[in-house]
Amino acid sequence: MLAKRIIPCLDVRDGKVTKGVQFLENADVGDPVAMARHYYRQGADEIVFYDITASNERRGIMLDVVRAVAREIFIPFSVGGGLRTLDDMRAVLLAGAEKVSIDSGAVRNPVIISEGARAFGSQCIVLSMQVKQTGKRPGVASGYEVVIDGGRQFTGKDAIEWAREGERLGAGELCVNSIDRDGTNLGYELELTRAVSEAVTIPVIASGGAGEPEHLRQAFTIGAADAAIVASIVHYGTHPIPALKSYLRTHGVEVREQVTIDTIDKRSIDKRNIDRGAP
Amino acid sequence: MIAIVDYKAGNLASVARALEFLGHRSEITDRPERIRAAERIILPGVGAAGATMENLRALGLESVLREQVLEAGKPFLGICIGIQVLFDRSEEDGAKCLGFVAGRVARYPNSVDGRRLKVPQIGWNRVRQTRPHPVFAGVPDNTHFYFVNSYYPIPGDPAVAIAESDHGVTFVAAIARGNIVATQFHLEKSGAAGLKLLDNFCRLAF
Repeated sequence: MLAKRIIPCLDVRDGKVTKGVQFLENADVGDPVAMARHYYRQGADEIVFYDITASNERRGIMLDVVRAVAREIFIPFSVGGGLRTLDDMRAVLLAGAEKVSIDSGAVRNPVIISEGARAFGSQCIVLSMQVKQTGKRPGVASGYEVVIDGGRQFTGKDAIEWAREGERLGAGELCVNSIDRDGTNLGYELELTRAVSEAVTIPVIASGGAGEPEHLRQAFTIGAADAAIVASIVHYGTHPIPALKSYLRTHGVEVREQVTIDTIDKRSIDKRNIDRGAP
Repeated sequence: MIAIVDYKAGNLASVARALEFLGHRSEITDRPERIRAAERIILPGVGAAGATMENLRALGLESVLREQVLEAGKPFLGICIGIQVLFDRSEEDGAKCLGFVAGRVARYPNSVDGRRLKVPQIGWNRVRQTRPHPVFAGVPDNTHFYFVNSYYPIPGDPAVAIAESDHGVTFVAAIARGNIVATQFHLEKSGAAGLKLLDNFCRLAF
């Protein structure tokens, strides 16, 4: 049986993480590579980097981050934010990301999903959708509407229908981010998560609203999610990943156990010291 | 030097990065002379069985692999699609595969006992070590590894299996026979346990 995945999300602007730095005692504050390393060692099952760099000419900075992460983090990680073309995706994958996450770009140009799946394989393509509850009406039968551009732009698309279309076009996973819950710490939008999970056969990732360990349990059970994005709940150090996993395990949710293998872990530390120029 | 077979698909660079991290010299190559010169061969990757076999044949690598792996007995590691193409044939694209190991490759069922099963399998699954093998040295039994696939191998001879896992069905997750080792899961994406297994393969005397 697959373990439920916990996926920390790091927002990166111009090569720096924009929030959540309190937990790092000795690491470089705001350095996405240091934060990824921290979560890797804590037992994160995957990591998401979301590039919120505004200007196009500075996007190359993100590729440098991806290359640095790929040299020392040996779990899957994905990159999203501003990916619009096959070339954008290829650059991120060649730099070492396992997956790309496409969002507003896929709403504007859905064929990018099928082109990406054909070029790189469905397993590389995560369709991420931002969703707001706007009321049931013709065209938005579920009452959940897809929004784009950080929630500012309404599309008139039904979230459940868009999920089905994304799967049909070749997305390998779906990330469902509730704009209503994002940043609230009130818990995931469970009804939405469950509705999407029941509508498709590909894995579904819940996103937006985690503030307590119980919220993750609810996402995995009531919401039928396969994975959950976490941000502030882990960034501010109140609930480290091992504590979240321990809570879930106690409540009967299968999660991955982090194994420690001395020869490998020691190599990680030695290599880092060499990279830093230590003797 | 370890040759990572370049068949114009898949996730080759991540295996190269993992080997570099472990201190093993590798080369991503599609040149027969480099594969012949290598001490070990890795066939990694993500991809479809049909396309993988077509590319291996178009590059003239099927015969090189046969000569090096089957005849010369060079240590060989297959990862993900690299385990699946070892068998006689795959349900994926109806592909005729390398046939180094007897058996076939089938698709995971879409449902089990009326409950829908998510295919592809994407994520971390427990791997039970069913037969002791030195490639697992230092890796605890029931460790989670990272899987991404829609198909799984069914060996003709069950004795080649060294590990199994469950996704709707109990399936063979790793095999070993002589100089051949292969895993369904991604060693390069499975954290410390995956790196340890990869390191073991690179050091083993077969």
